Amino acid sequence: MIAMNWMWALDGWIVVVGALCAVASALLGNFLVLRKMSMLGDAVTHAVLPGIAVAFFLSQSRSSLPMFIGAVIVGVLTAVFTEWIRRVGKVDEGASMGVVFTSLFALGLAMLVQAADKVDLDPDCVLYGAIELTPLDTIHLLGTQVPRAAAVLAVVALINALFVTLFFKELKICSFDAGLADTMGFSSRLMHYLLMVLVSVTAVASFESVGSILVVAMFVVPAATAYMLTDRLWMMIVLSVLVGIVSAVLGHIAALEVPSWFGYRSTTTAGMMAVVAGLLFMLAATLAPRHGVFVKWARRQLLSLRILSDDVLAILYRKEESRDSALATRSELKERLFAGSTTFGLATAWLQYRGELETHANEYSLTEDGRDRARELIRSHRLWEQYLVEETVAGVDNIHRKAERFEHFTDRKLRDQLDRVTDAPQQDPHGKPIPDEKNGADKKRRDKE
Amino acid sequence: MIRPLGDWRRARVVFCVMFFVLLFSSLLISSAWAGVDTAPSSGRSLADRSAQWPSWEQWRRVLLLEDYSTRVVVFGVAVLGGAAGLVGSFTLLRKRALMGDALSHASLPGIALAFVVATALGHDGKSILWLMTGATLSGLLGMAVILWVRNRTRLKEDTALGIVLSVFFGAGVAILGVVQQMETGHAAGLEGFIYGKTASMRAADAQMIVAASFVAIAICLLLYKELKLLCFDEGFAGSRGFPVVLLDVALMTSVILITIVGLQAVGLILVIALMVIPAAAARFWTNEMWRMTLYSVILGTVGSVLGATISAVFPKLPSGAMIVLVCSFFFFASMVFGRSRGVLVRSIRRRRLNLRVERQHLLRAMYEQIEPLQKSDSFDPKTAVDFDQLLPMRSWSQKRLTKAIANAEDDELVRVRGNRNHLTRAGFVEAARLTRQHRMWEMYLIAYADIATASVDRDADDIEHVLGPDVIDQLEDLLEEQQVNFPVPASPHELKQQDSPSSEPEIKGAGQ
Repeated sequence: MIAMNWMWALDGWIVVVGALCAVASALLGNFLVLRKMSMLGDAVTHAVLPGIAVAFFLSQSRSSLPMFIGAVIVGVLTAVFTEWIRRVGKVDEGASMGVVFTSLFALGLAMLVQAADKVDLDPDCVLYGAIELTPLDTIHLLGTQVPRAAAVLAVVALINALFVTLFFKELKICSFDAGLADTMGFSSRLMHYLLMVLVSVTAVASFESVGSILVVAMFVVPAATAYMLTDRLWMMIVLSVLVGIVSAVLGHIAALEVPSWFGYRSTTTAGMMAVVAGLLFMLAATLAPRHGVFVKWARRQLLSLRILSDDVLAILYRKEESRDSALATRSELKERLFAGSTTFGLATAWLQYRGELETHANEYSLTEDGRDRARELIRSHRLWEQYLVEETVAGVDNIHRKAERFEHFTDRKLRDQLDRVTDAPQQDPHGKPIPDEKNGADKKRRDKE
Repeated sequence: MIRPLGDWRRARVVFCVMFFVLLFSSLLISSAWAGVDTAPSSGRSLADRSAQWPSWEQWRRVLLLEDYSTRVVVFGVAVLGGAAGLVGSFTLLRKRALMGDALSHASLPGIALAFVVATALGHDGKSILWLMTGATLSGLLGMAVILWVRNRTRLKEDTALGIVLSVFFGAGVAILGVVQQMETGHAAGLEGFIYGKTASMRAADAQMIVAASFVAIAICLLLYKELKLLCFDEGFAGSRGFPVVLLDVALMTSVILITIVGLQAVGLILVIALMVIPAAAARFWTNEMWRMTLYSVILGTVGSVLGATISAVFPKLPSGAMIVLVCSFFFFASMVFGRSRGVLVRSIRRRRLNLRVERQHLLRAMYEQIEPLQKSDSFDPKTAVDFDQLLPMRSWSQKRLTKAIANAEDDELVRVRGNRNHLTRAGFVEAARLTRQHRMWEMYLIAYADIATASVDRDADDIEHVLGPDVIDQLEDLLEEQQVNFPVPASPHELKQQDSPSSEPEIKGAGQ
């Protein structure tokens, strides 16, 4: 299916170049995201224009090395100016970045227009390469023809990988606590500028060969995806690299495949790589095991359902205890628990499934299992009340609320501890009896004493 | 300081001013529109001018707006600059200066899709209305994603902006790659939509700018108080019952409006610059929100007009770039000379404070040296203090102490006779006042703040230099029972011995 117009000599190299760009950018992108500088990639790719213009004026040629050097220097200057304005002018980071990169871009544009008479120096074609064309521009390396972009990006990725592994500890401390880094004796500012130099080199090397959109996306999106998935920095770096590679591969396949669904030929690979990275991010942001938005929502719903069903049991137990009635109607329960029909229905269905609740024509009562569970809850609740009155300054009036919250998270072990600390009381502060554990173990113990 | 609420009346004044400016400019533009047939009679278009220094005639033509196209461009960018300055001052304070950047990139897929849909429905795919609608819709989607990522995930604002910017732009590029293969209607120049060309702005563009600016300005000024609260204290706004998310959406909608009309009229970079630079420059001049907004509007308008004029006079300079450069010149000028947060003002303020602190330290040190030698409260000008006696009293270097003494001598507070320093009468009065102030503050700290006697000297030292007379009066009232009759109360702790240099910190950054 994919093989229809896949040529390894061409598509293979495109994927390799894309993946190398993704790896090189994602490695540094982690630190940009952690340092709240995600927009730097975008700023650098816009800001390098005057560097290219100056390099062109000085060298009077369109060869790429002087332009590369000029662009990298201005890229670093972007970071330096941004930091300088932020510190000296006390301007918010984003604003100072915005001031610097728009001004530099405008300066570069004004300079390039002056040169436009002498030579065709269209910023778009000098500045921005296209990833589809990289396999055509090859150099001879180790006996084979290798695309120039692949060689350059491999070197950049290697340098970035070395930087991240060698200075892992320093980068980590600087990113999370720059003050601590300074007191520990290595300059956080030096690390900052080293990182900026590499970001600028990576950005320039990438957009010169594969286009700016890919590198801007790969600085931010894989790192953000990884950040949703893990709390450990090294894991985040590994994951971001993987996400980068996967989105490069899938992006190219999508660029070939997706348009054919609508009857068109392939589309821009760099754009599709960014889109795939974005989709991976959405996936991680919603479904990540700990921080995913959907997962967090579902976990909260389950918890509130569990608490609601606990409360149903506790109400029925209290009714039995006061010899009022062992039954409670549906509307009575719903009203006392402020529960909606759906959630209440789910809670009772869950309780019936566990065999803790019986229905008798619109009325509910406890089963033996339900009574045991309810006894545990009530015991936890009343022990907590006793504990709060004895051991804290809480008054009798406001302990119910706290105990109501704690009772859902109290297991047998904690109950026994509470029992011991409060000297195994028979009654809670309101004068209600505290029920015994089911197997009566502590009743025996109490009898012994 | 910026007050969280109020200023409604001022906002209304600003609103009226803006309204009339807009009315005026739209009248001018429509008159320009009406004069379409007669205006280009000059015969020389903007592009024809040579690179030489423009003649007086050319200056006059541009400055008096005699050219029809110049008139349209100048008024278009003036209104855009003003509106962007207004909206930008809110986004700046909301720490979302790069919002315009992200949203302008996010409009690309909408533009491409609008072209596809319009062509498929048999309309002209490049009609402004379709493209603007598409751009606005995808801008709104981008905004929703930014808000969702920021509010619901653990990621921060900047990452949300970066994600939306790059992914949406990538999607736009990918869709354009397909659109270019379409047989119905050629898509060439569609990308140009977001790069814009200021110099070729047409009256229709200018009218669109006026319309969108009017909506954005209306949103910002009608919700002025609420947006201000949102910018300064989101949590407080929420707790007062303001619909924070809706306000955010309103603000960002006006950002989108300005961005989209600006995009196709003047290009991506210029819109971003107009949103960020005037507001950031205005921030240096004032601490009051309504003033800042006003200055930002003025800077945006003036910068745009100047840039457009320069570009009209020197046709080799592209107008978008010139507007940005003029604005950034304003920014740097404001950063240096800004009256309330400018670098110069802050450094002068800090220097003055340091000088004052130094002088107060010197006078108090001398007073404490003289104090045991005084027979009574009367002043004896012959009592002198050696330089070597003063040096160990604080952690000051010889150079610093010499400088402090020299400064105090200039103010005629101290007389120097070789190595011996005398207080003048004025210096003695001042020194007694300072010492009194210091000790009163110490006593206050001991009596009311539960600060131990051992550390009270240092705590008092941190604050005494910034005490105002009203605070001193309050202190006197509070300490009335203690010893208010004495001109200088006795020190509540043992005075430091001369051979134990104290290690009291300086107030260095208090003026910031």
